[in-house]
Amino acid sequence: MNNKAVITVKNLYKRFGNFVANDNLNFEVYEGEIFGFLGANGAGKTTAMKILCGLSKPSSGEISVAGFDAYKDTEKIKKSIGYMSQKFSLYEDLTIVENIMFYGGIYGMSIDDIKIRTEQLLQKLELTEIKDNLIKDLPIGWRQKLAFSVAIFHQPKIVFLDEPTGGVDPITRRQFWNLIYEAAQDGITIFVTTHYMDEAEYCNRVSIMVDGKIAALDTPEGLMKTYDAMNMEEVFLKLARA
Amino acid sequence: MNNLSVTVNNISKSYPNALALDNVSFDVKKSELFGIIGPDGGGKTSLFRILTTLLLPDSGTATLEGLDCVKDYKKIRNLIGYMPGRFSLYQDLSVEENLKFFATIFGTTIEENYDLIKDIYQQIEPFKTRPAGKLSGGMKQKLALSCAMIHKPEVLILDEPTTGVDAVSRKEFWEMLKRLNLAGITILVSTPYMDEAILCDRVALIQGGKILSTDTPQNIVNTFGKILFSVKTNNIHKLMNDLNEWSNTGSAYLFGQQIHLTLSNESLNEKDIIDYLTQKESSDIKVEKIKAGIEDTFMSLMTKQHHE
Repeated sequence: MNNKAVITVKNLYKRFGNFVANDNLNFEVYEGEIFGFLGANGAGKTTAMKILCGLSKPSSGEISVAGFDAYKDTEKIKKSIGYMSQKFSLYEDLTIVENIMFYGGIYGMSIDDIKIRTEQLLQKLELTEIKDNLIKDLPIGWRQKLAFSVAIFHQPKIVFLDEPTGGVDPITRRQFWNLIYEAAQDGITIFVTTHYMDEAEYCNRVSIMVDGKIAALDTPEGLMKTYDAMNMEEVFLKLARA
Repeated sequence: MNNLSVTVNNISKSYPNALALDNVSFDVKKSELFGIIGPDGGGKTSLFRILTTLLLPDSGTATLEGLDCVKDYKKIRNLIGYMPGRFSLYQDLSVEENLKFFATIFGTTIEENYDLIKDIYQQIEPFKTRPAGKLSGGMKQKLALSCAMIHKPEVLILDEPTTGVDAVSRKEFWEMLKRLNLAGITILVSTPYMDEAILCDRVALIQGGKILSTDTPQNIVNTFGKILFSVKTNNIHKLMNDLNEWSNTGSAYLFGQQIHLTLSNESLNEKDIIDYLTQKESSDIKVEKIKAGIEDTFMSLMTKQHHE
């Protein structure tokens, strides 16, 4: 991790009519960082994430993602990022290899490149022998691994993980975080939301949104110190219930 | 038998590609708050669909308030309140219309049982003319619970009511459940969040269609049976790697900024762990014995089941 910002957000506002969903957000996310983006339901996380992914335009503010402007260059932003959520990641009725190739195609990789890197990925995940199996027949632990690998298949600078571990068993959940660390060590920036507060402690830095604003942003240790809390759950409850 | 609200006897259910429930048995006592704890794909939803008479088991029997879940399905449907995992209210009806609809179906009125849902419904009543589809996640959940309660059911069956819900709203939801439970309603609730187990009177841990254990949360963690250490250094990634390489490590799992460690050789103690980590050039080493929680126990049972 270094201090080169790959996401810069200055005075971000997003309004829907009279409702202010994002109320003057300011933060940076650094290259290779694992950045936790927390908040209660309805605090404005999804709105902000959509803007950072190039899916929605801000009302005002200066926002740059992977070096691209969030007003003009949304298509370039989309190509520079990966996205995965527990709710939606892989196509269940497609096979393992079809899913990989489909994502490669969507992100505009060349056919040769897709072929070579598909082979490599299948080998790395030890899925070569069952590459023609349907996703729905794959155990959840493997599915998770594949979903994450597919999200970073086109070698994006940043990957957005939206509650990637919801409903996953405790062992698979921990294995998944090992993958996240590996990717971060390879220089990919991780932007992650979660409702598991122990996972918040695995992040380099964590921001907590309350009512459209960023109420706190620091390392987990720093937050626990500031809020005189034993763990991140206490920090979260103190902030979000205040 | 009289104090039992729900009985599940050797229930199995399979789908073309998967065994969803594998010989599952447990009982829920009257007025108990009973939790089914386990990850997605564990079989929780299939189990609840059988108990709510929406799905037939391949084998085994289940009863609810003494009624058979297959034969007596019509009677059972009047006795239960069911909140499915997916939001199942009418999105284009308003909050109040949804509630009225459910009351009417069960031959009652909002006024008749208003006391029962008052605490919960009051929180969304200011928005009663809003279409249900336009509510926030927390409000949808409160409306769904109100609709499940409006006919004063004997048994409330809630399938993952807190999935995808933030830590604060989860806490509030459990406080609501506790109040309903104290009013005498039997509650059967499923969740993938291990930390919610301690809020139940008794729980069944479920994984891969099998029940790993059924008991009070305290008795379940008492079966952990190994000495558990919490280990911390200034570099958690290095610590994890060092512990995974150590021949004396039984299991090592991340818990926030600590690692929970068991040793394969239980004659070793804190000092041996510190010595090993010092030799690995770690600093700020902190090791202490701790009590196992539900998540520790669940993972231990999962690996045991795996090796059997």
